[in-house]
Amino acid sequence: MNTTMPALTGYLRADGRKGIRNIVAVVYTVECAHHVARLVVNAFPGKEVHLIGFPGCYPNDYADKMMRRLVTHPNVGAALIVSLGCESFNRSGLEEEAAASGRPVHTITIQNNRGTRASVADGVEWVRWALESLAPQQRVPMAPEELVVATICGGSDSTSGITANPAVGVAFDRLVAAGAACIFEETGELVGCEFHMKRRAATPELGDAIVACVDKAARYYTVLGHGSFAPGNADGGLTTQEEKSLGAYAKSGASPISGILKPGDQPEGGGLYLLDVVPDGEVRFGFPNISDNAEIVELIACGAHVTLFTTGRGSVVGSAISPVIKVCANPATYERLSEDMDVNAGRILTGEASLQDVGGEIVDLVARVANGEQSCSEALGHQEFILTYKQFEPSGPGCFPLKAA
Amino acid sequence: MPTTPAPGAPRLLLMSQEDNCLIARTTLEAGEALAIDGVTVVLPEAIPLGYKVARSALRPGDKVLRYGAVIGTATAAVARGAMLHTHNLASDYIPTYTLGPDAHAFIGSTH
Repeated sequence: MNTTMPALTGYLRADGRKGIRNIVAVVYTVECAHHVARLVVNAFPGKEVHLIGFPGCYPNDYADKMMRRLVTHPNVGAALIVSLGCESFNRSGLEEEAAASGRPVHTITIQNNRGTRASVADGVEWVRWALESLAPQQRVPMAPEELVVATICGGSDSTSGITANPAVGVAFDRLVAAGAACIFEETGELVGCEFHMKRRAATPELGDAIVACVDKAARYYTVLGHGSFAPGNADGGLTTQEEKSLGAYAKSGASPISGILKPGDQPEGGGLYLLDVVPDGEVRFGFPNISDNAEIVELIACGAHVTLFTTGRGSVVGSAISPVIKVCANPATYERLSEDMDVNAGRILTGEASLQDVGGEIVDLVARVANGEQSCSEALGHQEFILTYKQFEPSGPGCFPLKAA
Repeated sequence: MPTTPAPGAPRLLLMSQEDNCLIARTTLEAGEALAIDGVTVVLPEAIPLGYKVARSALRPGDKVLRYGAVIGTATAAVARGAMLHTHNLASDYIPTYTLGPDAHAFIGSTH
């Protein structure tokens, strides 16, 4: 296998990690502060100023951990926190975490800052200063071992499992061989694949943990009444959850599975990781992932620098914080939505390219995007973000075999 | 940019030898004659790109395999060359939710 990849560069952070973007994150800590935070972001069109936040007024450990991981993500250079003032979110803890990571950070509390207009003006002034202070930072060489790449599928159809997903699998195998950490996810869409995955686990304990994790997903979705399957999946020729799962599973490639992550956990070095997105404990707070961006943000909270998004029906989303690369499975969809698609994996179906060709194209594009080239969704201004209530327990001892070794 | 395979290229894909379904590589017309395992079959209905057709005749209760793995159970008799979808194939795990003619409908699972 080709284990080399093109040279990479990134921005060095105080914790030793490197980012591929130098973003100022503007963070609202309750929906009531969303508008003020959005007006601050809107003052910087075309700049690397991204809006993220949590809408709830009531505390949630998962959301707290997610926000801490996001403001200290290597792609983030500085953070402005916008709080209403009376919400439960631990804004001072978030500010301390960002400051301890060496990032410029500032909090504006609207209730103590003369309301909307003054808070927007102060926020704009601080972000302008943050952009100026980040601007002189130069990129430095970045090793493949420092890169984290995630994958997700959305708007899957019957072609996804034939073209885009196995092509990402080829790319994942090459990235893992080069030393990168790669993360695949959505245990609810791996129902039916658990025993195959178990055979790929680095240790027997991890194999058992993978089976238990998919069982949990099947139970969760059964209580909720239906699986991770949208009407468009059926319109695209997929009939059952397990058929969709098998196609989705192809994204993981053939590397051994090195560990299970929960949202916000960081990979312990290179290798292939499964992200467990289904909450622990009794079913509460509704669907585990109400839309694709809820999963993308969890992958980013695990440190993903870039996300490979495969689609058959044609999703157009991007994300705040980390670029999204679209790999289109269906040649007819590519024809309709080519401006939104980075890679046309439909060429595998029409016989114009092999899986290996498209897998190699994806690796090259990951390197170009890491080095600063904008993906299609990024250039179109997509910065979707969603964070909802969830609950997780810490990962069990079998989940990180590399750490235990 | 072509959206269909070159003329003469196979029009149905077999994902794995043990499969009993085939995948339409492009949209196929009703009445089109295709060879399935050397036997000529006239398609009784149009098959959109990516949809499944039965590689062999199926009885209710037969497991359907794609990628060499079970993707569900036939809920009706299916002739060779007929479309396999939510009307005659159901999950062994969890029902499939579709936007049907009655707006919202669950297609029953085998459980």
